[in-house]
Amino acid sequence: MKAIRTTLTAAVLAACGVSAQAQISGDVIKIGFLTDMSSVYADIDGAGGVEAIKMAIADMKGNVAGKKIEFIFADHQNKADVASAKAREWMDTQGLDLLVGGTNSGANLAMATVAAEKKKPFISIGAGSSALTNANCTPYTIHYAYDTVALANGTGGAVTKGGGKSWYFLTADYAFGAALQADTTAVVQKNGGTVKGSVKHPLNASDFSSFLLQAQSSGAQILGLANAGGDTINSVKAANEFGITKTMKLAGLLMFINDIHSLGLKTTEGMYLTDSWYWNQSPEARAWARRFFEKMKRMPSSLQAADYSAVTHYLKAVEAAKTDDADKVVAQMKATPINDFYTKGTIRKEDGRGIHDMFLLQVKSQKESTEPWDYFKVVTRIPGEEAYTKLADSKCPLVKK
Amino acid sequence: MTEIFGIPLPALLGQLLLGLVNGSFYAMLSLGLAVIFGMLNIINFAHGALYMMGAFFAWMGLEYLGLNYWFMLGLAPLAVGLIGIVIERTMLQWLYKLDHLYGLLLTFGITLVIEGVFRSVYGVSGQPYQVPDQLAGATNLGFMILPNYRGWVVVASLVVCFAVWALIEKTSLGAKLRAGTENPKLVQAFGINVPRMVTLTYAGGVALAAFAGVLAAPILQVSALMGSNLIIVVFAVVVIGGMGSILGSILTGLGLGIVEGLTKVFYPEASNTVVFVVMAIVLLVRPAGLFGKEK
Repeated sequence: MKAIRTTLTAAVLAACGVSAQAQISGDVIKIGFLTDMSSVYADIDGAGGVEAIKMAIADMKGNVAGKKIEFIFADHQNKADVASAKAREWMDTQGLDLLVGGTNSGANLAMATVAAEKKKPFISIGAGSSALTNANCTPYTIHYAYDTVALANGTGGAVTKGGGKSWYFLTADYAFGAALQADTTAVVQKNGGTVKGSVKHPLNASDFSSFLLQAQSSGAQILGLANAGGDTINSVKAANEFGITKTMKLAGLLMFINDIHSLGLKTTEGMYLTDSWYWNQSPEARAWARRFFEKMKRMPSSLQAADYSAVTHYLKAVEAAKTDDADKVVAQMKATPINDFYTKGTIRKEDGRGIHDMFLLQVKSQKESTEPWDYFKVVTRIPGEEAYTKLADSKCPLVKK
Repeated sequence: MTEIFGIPLPALLGQLLLGLVNGSFYAMLSLGLAVIFGMLNIINFAHGALYMMGAFFAWMGLEYLGLNYWFMLGLAPLAVGLIGIVIERTMLQWLYKLDHLYGLLLTFGITLVIEGVFRSVYGVSGQPYQVPDQLAGATNLGFMILPNYRGWVVVASLVVCFAVWALIEKTSLGAKLRAGTENPKLVQAFGINVPRMVTLTYAGGVALAAFAGVLAAPILQVSALMGSNLIIVVFAVVVIGGMGSILGSILTGLGLGIVEGLTKVFYPEASNTVVFVVMAIVLLVRPAGLFGKEK
């Protein structure tokens, strides 16, 4: 009996000791990253995203607030149930401190729910759905890099103002595609354009010719591609093959540098797209991109740069707050401006939306491109306040009006 | 203008033709599967990976060796056929006497390995492959503008499919093949080398997959995932047509391409699912498949 009491006392004392001295749970900062590692979105994030986060941790010398940083990652296979199960497992059994969500909106919405339930910070990077910080916002979600509203305001706004008044959408049939189409439709209509129709295609459809013929018969001027990854690539390719590019202009509503690389400049020349970052936009960006290139043998996408930036921002917040307590760290992240090679901006206190400039880019012609991966001209810089949903328009329950 | 269910007739014809293009791929791939299943009793899950390999060989030939499309159309199936021989001799031949499941698992494993290698070397976004100059451009058919290349795909695959059918059903070599599957011991007693015949059959089946891969290269992005996107549908085609039925798999492939094409007009969201709905119905009504024989 006495032995038990001694042990108990020791345990209580030990527990007190932990909480009094270090506010880092489990004496380690554990970062978990769930993204598509093997399917359609694996090139824009995937292994490159893992590498970017590893670089961020290495640049902090693997330590923060005197504690070791640990990094785990897994493939959510673009399945929301896999993503939420893995997130739950990590939080329940591994003492996860930060969950980073890679690509796929469906998977990210599922992760956001789990993170809010477990009260852990969740930074969504590769997902596009604006719902993450709008209707489905949580106190623990930070949506870091971009969203469908910003893409719509960038590409949709610029193209409509430039005379592309009638639109037809080719839309991937899931949360992200629907959100992108809805947001772009709103922008097109606000700028005096009309939407003549849309066709929904299943994710990973292999043949787009049938959908494209439907688009062509609509007589619209602009074909908005509300899809991503391999689906966008195959749509652009088939549009060229069927001569649709002669009668309609293509607007890629979510395209990444990897897509352009894969299609080649001949097929994509002149296309517009909106992105949060381009490796050739500044000397700092170039310097980081070179480091990334040394490791991955390809240039980073905006998502991979954002992976690095977001994790660094989190680690610096832990350093400053001297704790990994979710509420305190999230508050610290929202209070500190982001200022690095990726962007200069803030995270909005009310809904966790990252607010920073976006870029309307145009694909260069083969003649204009002077070096490998030299693909874009920056057409305009869209200020963050204009690009993202305004608080007044937000349906986020956390935003008080 | 004539309309059917609210769709203008020309548009409908266009969609039917596009369905036929996709159907030719299904036909060619399911034909290879059916031949392999009929002769070897192996459910060749690696078919999609070998189709992808065919497309990649076409791209590699152009990229590294400067060999054009027409060379690779012959060379890639040969190369993949050789790989097929290696697979059959080193692995598959030990499984014929076992349950189907073992062959399925082994070939599934082979698929994972092949796809994994290509994915880690080339990523998933894929490589661009241009339509050969001779077939560039498009022809106006009145009701639609058909890229010449797609027309070529239909012609080439139909010719190949029916040549294979004729080879197996109408020649003495085909007769020996079929006899070899019925009663290998007896056929061997006549002095025919059955194991070698079986090896060559597997090589031929996967060469068909590679041929389809080369045909697909200019239409689709050449990527490590192109096979796995297709293979499940192709399996459904084989099941609907009846396992091991040569003619059945050709006709079912073409037919389902058309059904899928129509679905893309009337209810696009279901276009990936419609094949499986058809499969479920066929299995309920005719468990052996449309052209299969009950054993």
